[in-house]
Amino acid sequence: MKSIAELQAIRDQARAKIAMREGSHEGTRIVVGMATCGIAAGARPVLNAFVEEIAKRNIQNVSVVQTGCIGMCQFEPIVEVLAPGKEKVTYGLMDAEKAVRVVTDHIVNGNPVAEYTVAKLMK
Amino acid sequence: MRELSLNVLDIAQNSISAGASLVTLSVCEDTANDWLTLTIADNGRGMTPEQLDRVRDPFYTTRTTRKVGMGIPLFRMAAEMAGGGLTIESVVGVGTTVTATFCLSHIDRMPLGDMAGTVSALIRLNPQLDFLYRHEVDGNVFELDTRALREVLEDVPLCEPDVMEWINGTLAEGLLPLNSQA
Ligand SMILES: Nc1ncnc2c1ncn2[C@@H]1O[C@H](COP(=O)(O)OP(=O)(O)OP(=O)(O)O)[C@@H](O)[C@H]1O
Ligand SMILES: [Mg+2]
Repeated sequence: MKSIAELQAIRDQARAKIAMREGSHEGTRIVVGMATCGIAAGARPVLNAFVEEIAKRNIQNVSVVQTGCIGMCQFEPIVEVLAPGKEKVTYGLMDAEKAVRVVTDHIVNGNPVAEYTVAKLMK
Repeated sequence: MRELSLNVLDIAQNSISAGASLVTLSVCEDTANDWLTLTIADNGRGMTPEQLDRVRDPFYTTRTTRKVGMGIPLFRMAAEMAGGGLTIESVVGVGTTVTATFCLSHIDRMPLGDMAGTVSALIRLNPQLDFLYRHEVDGNVFELDTRALREVLEDVPLCEPDVMEWINGTLAEGLLPLNSQA
């Protein structure tokens, strides 16, 4: 059973991790569309897949944030990846499996997955 | 929406947009009376009576170039389809409460779905806000209150991966014995 004592231990460990991250370079931002159109199209499992995969691989300095409708509802779930010093990459029609691939290829190895991008989907 | 828990996630987004610092999500299953009640309450900026009239009117649209708001109409439709209904109460500067009711056994009632996934996503994306999740099934209650967690965590944010893992585990363990049929 999960307990408050356990949470206290997690807090103490997390403090050490946060201290280690401090001062390191600015990280990648993952932006998930969470308007009605995004949620209806499946944004929740996409978001939770990103969060889980990042935790599993112990990737530091990645923030996951939400945004509203960006006016391309037909391509929801939409996810934008903003890596420092790189152009923004916009992925469309995402699902949990694609999210895992974006983490491994794009976030970890720096290679955007061209076939999932909205630019490619529009062709 | 394929799951009511997705409507809850969407309606909670309205609360976040309204600048709420506390959002209460409550699920109440009452099998004896065959009733399911979902409530999303916030302490955001609220709506004036005029705004409220417009939002309550399912045929109202301010559409000019902007798209029509879909969140509340979709939630209302899901409730009415299942023999229930939707009410909104709101006071400017105090907050808003959206309540949807459903006949549990109604054939057109959407499944509740992954409430833990909804709560987890809300906390993960809004670690600066507080969420109170209360789930009751025939008198048995599970509650998760981020204000209590915050007291333990002190300066450590709720969105830390290890903290989220603890939260997800707590949600799973807490909901299992409720044996929700929704
Ligand atoms: N909790 C709330 N607090 C304050 N205002 C609200 C709240 N919920 C809804 N509103 C008002 O009602 C409007 C309609 O909400 P609704 O969810 O139907 O559409 P939307 O949020 O504008 O767009 P969509 O949900 O389609 O992305 C909102 O734009 C907002 O002005
Ligand atoms: Mg909305």
